[in-house]
Amino acid sequence: MWGILSQKLGAARGLSSQVVGNYVLRLRLAPSAMPMRHYSSATKEMTVRDALNSALDEEMAADPNVFVMGEEVGEYQGAYKITKGLLDKYGPERVVDTPITEAGFAGIGVGSAYHGLRPVIEFMTFNFSMQAIDHIINSAAKSNYMSAGQINVPIVFRGPNGPAAGVGAQHSQCYGAWYGSVPGLKVLVPYSSEDARGLLKAAIRDPDPVVFLENELLYGETFPISAEALDSSFCLPIGKAKIEREGKDITITAFSKMVGYALKAAEILEKEGINAEVINLRSIRPLDRATINASVRKTNRLVTVEEGFPQHGVGAEICATVVEDSFGYLDAPVERIAGADVPTPYAANLERMAFPQIEDIVRAAKRACYRSVPMAASA
Amino acid sequence: MAFSGAKIIQPLPLHTTIRSPNNPLLFDPFTSSPFLGSTRTLRLSQSISASQRRCASHIVAVSDVFKEKKLKSNTNLLLTKEEGLQVYEDMILGRAFEDMCAQMYYRGKMFGFVHLYNGQEAVSSGFIKLLKKEDSVVSTYRDHVHALSKGVPARAVMSELFGKKTGCCRGQGGSMHMFSAEHNVLGGFAFIGEGIPVATGAAFASKYRREVLKEADCDHVTLAFFGDGTCNNGQFFECLNMAALWKLPIIFVVENNLWAIGMSHLRSTSDPEIWKKGPAFGMPGVHVDGMDVLKVREVAKEAIGRARRGEGPTLVECETYRFRGHSLADPDELRDPAEKARYAARDPITALKKYLIESKLANEAELLAIEKKIEEVVEDAVEFADESPAPSRSQLLENVFADPRGFGIGPDGSYRCEDPKFTEGTAQV
Repeated sequence: MWGILSQKLGAARGLSSQVVGNYVLRLRLAPSAMPMRHYSSATKEMTVRDALNSALDEEMAADPNVFVMGEEVGEYQGAYKITKGLLDKYGPERVVDTPITEAGFAGIGVGSAYHGLRPVIEFMTFNFSMQAIDHIINSAAKSNYMSAGQINVPIVFRGPNGPAAGVGAQHSQCYGAWYGSVPGLKVLVPYSSEDARGLLKAAIRDPDPVVFLENELLYGETFPISAEALDSSFCLPIGKAKIEREGKDITITAFSKMVGYALKAAEILEKEGINAEVINLRSIRPLDRATINASVRKTNRLVTVEEGFPQHGVGAEICATVVEDSFGYLDAPVERIAGADVPTPYAANLERMAFPQIEDIVRAAKRACYRSVPMAASA
Repeated sequence: MAFSGAKIIQPLPLHTTIRSPNNPLLFDPFTSSPFLGSTRTLRLSQSISASQRRCASHIVAVSDVFKEKKLKSNTNLLLTKEEGLQVYEDMILGRAFEDMCAQMYYRGKMFGFVHLYNGQEAVSSGFIKLLKKEDSVVSTYRDHVHALSKGVPARAVMSELFGKKTGCCRGQGGSMHMFSAEHNVLGGFAFIGEGIPVATGAAFASKYRREVLKEADCDHVTLAFFGDGTCNNGQFFECLNMAALWKLPIIFVVENNLWAIGMSHLRSTSDPEIWKKGPAFGMPGVHVDGMDVLKVREVAKEAIGRARRGEGPTLVECETYRFRGHSLADPDELRDPAEKARYAARDPITALKKYLIESKLANEAELLAIEKKIEEVVEDAVEFADESPAPSRSQLLENVFADPRGFGIGPDGSYRCEDPKFTEGTAQV
């Protein structure tokens, strides 16, 4: 059984034997995935919150140039407790509580990065980053280009992105598409704890500005984590997507919380005989076009899922890239699922309608497979 | 209805009816105006609280000392001959360069937005010539002369303006984005107020290096240059607050030339006296005559010294004037010609020349030699820029990222995390 499994995995494009080995190792450690044998080796689990905290901790210990700046990161232990314990460990010069001045402290971060420090600027939510967007784009993203490589900006802007639960229109926007369109930025969107650890460490070590979009509702979720991911020098590559679930009938791309929804949708689809491949993008910029196209060429159908607004969204870019590069391989029109084209409502039932749910993903997948299903009500 | 520059000089309250040109001037601008010889700030600062007064009086004392020195004008204590010639040369370079820019723009060699610094040279030379190479300067779009004063070669700046490969930013930045890592010129920002937080960050880095990284001799200061229009922008206040809060080694230099394109400072500001905004945040606010390089230098020395000693930021308002329009595309119709004439009579270069000759620090011949030399430097810069090649096509996609492949992908193209040695970490947790 193991032999067949690793053969199948090995055959998938783009996976080296090492990674296959890791994948198999992970399967072994996650008893729920393999109904057959139950190994009693201790499965380490970690919440995304702890993953981010440990990543920050390790990077700050390794490099004294790394410091954290933002509102409530110090004495309050972090608005969402991501920076818990860091103030006690590293002191107020390295964990800097700021006044409510997004434009000011984002710019201060950029200015200190010009001189070689490695700031991690926390926005309480990325909605507040709009007050600092001038600095993220004009003085961080564009500086390496404008100075012709003389001044690079090793800064990380991180914080929760996208909708939470009932927080209203001004606290619920997803910024993946906006930041993803700017050359000079790297935009990362972790899903699991391993993603969170690996990508944050990579972001902090990266010499370029990185926008790190987390998700508030994922902070408390627990994921299994391998020993390799717990190592202090573990990093994930920037610009490489992960195939969370292998499949052959349809490709579903998602990022952040939607990966979880897509995986659940894939389980439902499996029962109906549709074998879905779920891609966790991990990186919006640079977008892993190679993996997405390879997957579509295999499955011939595509559904993109995101929580952001539909027009000019991440899904739009993925659809365009697939149509440009793999048109001949498509057996059905590309399907885009995004948030409703409205500012987020407050009422719980309306909010639920404003964002993709698992049923929407299932329905879209069936549509792409030419099963006749009623169209979802368009908001 | 035109304003004359002198009429804005009045203490509180500000919204009086003295706007008609027919009313007699409240102050004779040439003897009693505070804007012409910082001594009047003594009177204005007495209304602030005691603690602030302590801060402000620390600076006002400089003007006092200066005033005394000026009276004994025979002593050459203000600056030595070398310093005088150095400052003079810098100002002549700034003026000649900008004039050449205008010429080149109208000949089509330069394009886009070009903002010239004529008339404000005293501020740039007065401040920047006191800095070390490791100190940083952050400016706005009116940044050619700041870059030149800081030591960026005229050839590099001119080539950049022509959009050539040999420019200081290889032609990728342009007039408004002068960067030089070597000379610590951190831009060149087009957005009003954008440079202020970046400068505050550079000052933060300096303090961080000293206190966290324990580089004991790191006393680098940062100068942030910006205009009167910026002083109404939110980022300015955010940074005044944080710089004072954390005692950052930064000097906020306001080049108040009274006009933001066509918007007069008076029409846009509730309290036009910008220096007062410093004490409101807990730092000294100084007003200085920005057309007099010696006065600017005295104030700059004090402020830079403060910052180096770790005593915190200073806000310096330099009353200055730009002789040309906002940019080379600005027809400059809104400013009163009488105002322009009045400031032209206070040309900082003429004033310094007069001082140097009268105090026998230099003679005509030496100053003429400097002017000739600079003329040649600027001509050479133009020639160099002309003959330089345009950037190659491949340059378009270069320099977007310092690390285009992203951490995690090694130089041989394979994923670092696949390397079996990858988990032999170097981090000590």
